[in-house]
Amino acid sequence: MTDVLEVRNLYKRYGGLVATNGVNLSVRPGEMHAIIGPNGAGKTTLISQLQGMVRPDAGEIFIDGVNVTATPAHQRAGLGVARSFQIASLIPDFSVLDHAAFAVQAQLGHSFRFWRRADREEILLAPAREAVEAAGLGARMHSPARDLSHGERRQLELAIALAQRPKILLLDEPMAGMGKQDGQRMTQRLADLKGRYSMLLIEHDMAAVFSLADRLSVLVSGAIIKTGTADEIRNDPQVRAAYLGHG
Amino acid sequence: MTLSLFLEQLLNGVQLGVMLFLMASGLTLVFGIMNFINLAHGSLYMAGAFAAAVAQQATGSFVLAIVAGVVAAALLGIVLERAILQRFYTRSHLDQVLATFAIILILNETTRMIFGPSPLRMSLPHALSGSVPILPGVPYPTYRLVVLLAGLVVAGLLYLVIMRTRMGMWVRAGASDRTTASSMGVNVPVVFSGLFGMGAALAGLAGILAAPILSVQVGMGEPVLILALVVTVLGGVGSIRGAFFAALLVGVVDTFGRVLLTPALGSMAIFVTMAIILAFRPRGMFATHG
Amino acid sequence: MADGASRPIRAALWPALVLIALLALAPALSIWLDDPFTVKIATRIVIFAIGAVALDLTLGYAGLVSLCQAAFFGVGGYVVGILAWHQANSEAVLAGWMGSSELALTLPLAFLVAGLFAAAVGAVSLRTGGPYFIMITLAFNQMLYYGAVALQKYGGDDGLQIINPLTLFGYDISNRYKFFYLALTMLLATVLLIDRLARSRFGVVLRAAAVNETRAIAVGVAPWPYRLVAFAITGALAGLAGALLAASQQFISPADMAWDRSGDFVVMTALGGVATVWGPIIGAAAFIFTELSLSSYMQHWQLPFGLIILAIVLLLRGGLAQLVDLARGAKKGGEAVHD
Ligand SMILES: Nc1ncnc2c1ncn2[C@@H]1O[C@H](COP(=O)(O)OP(=O)(O)OP(=O)(O)O)[C@@H](O)[C@H]1O
Ligand SMILES: [Mg+2]
Repeated sequence: MTDVLEVRNLYKRYGGLVATNGVNLSVRPGEMHAIIGPNGAGKTTLISQLQGMVRPDAGEIFIDGVNVTATPAHQRAGLGVARSFQIASLIPDFSVLDHAAFAVQAQLGHSFRFWRRADREEILLAPAREAVEAAGLGARMHSPARDLSHGERRQLELAIALAQRPKILLLDEPMAGMGKQDGQRMTQRLADLKGRYSMLLIEHDMAAVFSLADRLSVLVSGAIIKTGTADEIRNDPQVRAAYLGHG
Repeated sequence: MTLSLFLEQLLNGVQLGVMLFLMASGLTLVFGIMNFINLAHGSLYMAGAFAAAVAQQATGSFVLAIVAGVVAAALLGIVLERAILQRFYTRSHLDQVLATFAIILILNETTRMIFGPSPLRMSLPHALSGSVPILPGVPYPTYRLVVLLAGLVVAGLLYLVIMRTRMGMWVRAGASDRTTASSMGVNVPVVFSGLFGMGAALAGLAGILAAPILSVQVGMGEPVLILALVVTVLGGVGSIRGAFFAALLVGVVDTFGRVLLTPALGSMAIFVTMAIILAFRPRGMFATHG
Repeated sequence: MADGASRPIRAALWPALVLIALLALAPALSIWLDDPFTVKIATRIVIFAIGAVALDLTLGYAGLVSLCQAAFFGVGGYVVGILAWHQANSEAVLAGWMGSSELALTLPLAFLVAGLFAAAVGAVSLRTGGPYFIMITLAFNQMLYYGAVALQKYGGDDGLQIINPLTLFGYDISNRYKFFYLALTMLLATVLLIDRLARSRFGVVLRAAAVNETRAIAVGVAPWPYRLVAFAITGALAGLAGALLAASQQFISPADMAWDRSGDFVVMTALGGVATVWGPIIGAAAFIFTELSLSSYMQHWQLPFGLIILAIVLLLRGGLAQLVDLARGAKKGGEAVHD
């Protein structure tokens, strides 16, 4: 079976800084693959290249065996790539449900529908509600994004990604900046989603990552220095030296 | 078209281009660095021309007129920036458009109240009112030649200031990253005011130099503003070098358009050219960022 | 990202319907006051309101500041004027067609032709972001303005007089009151259309991309084609409004499409309150009314006019609609949420 996501020899340079340095990576169907790495390692830059917002300088990206390296971001979304933003990227006036419904709408082909009220289309609303519930935000269904707390915004990021019915979820630090309790709840939520989606998860919280991920990759200065199971990573001397030692 | 006519029109075109560059340099810097759209830039052009015409009537001196015009435009620019416009740097472009559109109405009407509806004239000093041969037997107005050269000199100076001086470095630092600039100890608001004043002075200078060729009247700034916006877009916003070449292109195309076609059709030529260029290079010919 | 002002569907449709109902009383008022001028002003308000409500689709909902609205307005006016001219002069427009002074034909044509112009202008100017869009649309406005001046045959700089009486389905429409209700019907249709568009999937894309383009692209929507269609609809409706103006004053001239007229449209739309269908109606009414009353009291009316606009922009960020929000104690709109 082909990998849902495959990355070959990816490079991205910002001036003198090599943000992505020859990355090879794969996510198997149903797998949760985590990426850990210190601040500034190039994790977000990697995700942005996979989603299409940032163009790599060299290398190739495959989704379900299809080369999407030159495919623009919005078409990649159509191919099943969904991404959550590390810094929540929302629309202040849209309610939680509006956000999810917009994501559903985007998956249903073009939006040249001029007449029917979008906020009454059950075909959009039903899957949107489901995604919002799955992200644990059901109680805030009709709140505008501007009224959400930080943690709720992170949940909404997840809800939007889920509403896209993705083949692969790219989650950029879904628990960043959350309190302990919220963080644990989010971990539980991701555990529930595990197996149902193929996921690439970026996360700083070691305990969470080691308990969740099937495989982990360690990214340091733009390069992956090791990929393996939780045990393999924990016991790798190079990883310990480069990262875990002062993580 | 004969060679001499061609040459004459080419010089006219370059001369218009140089003046447009004086206008556009302020626009493009203010837009590139402060992300601010200033539709009232043409009012500064008008202010320079009016101040110069008045100063000449009062003193009889062309040089004093230039000084007075530049100073008046710069002062007006700084006052506008400090009092009103700097509040809009962080507002939406819509608010910037509304505010500067209102300022155009205010300044145009104030000028009309003070000077009445009929245009003012500015006369040339004797030394500049003749013509010089550019080819044997082909005379060209001395003044236009002087304007052309003066514009080129100012353009060169501006380029040096932006590229080589500390102030220019600050300006470029402010362009890329405001917070870093302020943490480097740059007083961003003061630099911005200075920059705005400089742009205003250049716009004023363009108005003064144009005054003896055209007439000094209310509303004279807006057609030039629109051409300068075309220059800004074609040159790539924020790029002085791009603005220079785009200004020459616009000046030449506009001049030849009017000579070769009817005036109205000729005036369309530059916009058609713009549309064609943008169709292939949406961010202009010399886009600096993004 | 486009301009960051918030774009809620702030109000329901009904305030716009109330305003239209109030406008519908203008002829009665005119008769009661025995002042034919009243219905003339009301007609003008209605016509400019059509242009302003239409502009709101691009400016308010899609967040794109267009300075080309007057040009499309003028294109529509010239379609009506030119077709009537050909009929009056018995000269073929093309393929033996002698033009027409039948509004049932020429109004839709004006709508269509202006829409095509807008699509062409939009195709070039929408390829880049907000600020470029403003400058490029302004340049295109100037281009079309000179284009009208270049129409020597149709009066050039002096404009085009419509000498033959215009008809609607064969009936003479030169009666002021009849014409007013024709224009008002068009305003009602425009309001209903824009309201539906804004709430449809199409409108959702426009509103989302206006505030957060990155998000729209991330979920799979490239805003460009939607913006283009919105811009074309805005231009087409402007053309309809311009056609009505030409018909109402039996005259159209390049002055009606000068760049500052485009600025006036932006002022009307924005000062009334963007992203509401009623804001631009109030904006158009306030604008025309202020213009007329100031200009009849003083020669230099543009000075107080400019000051008023400046004061409103400085003090009321959401335009006059903000007053309603303030009265309700509602919160101000914000930028895209990036925490
Ligand atoms: N657009 C850009 N231009 C220049 N440099 C950039 C750009 N985007 C990222 N960088 C640089 O690339 C490096 C990697 O950044 P990135 O955001 O991918 O790191 P990260 O691993 O996600 O960090 P964090 O843990 O803080 O989220 C950083 O040094 C950053 O400054
Ligand atoms: Mg990151």
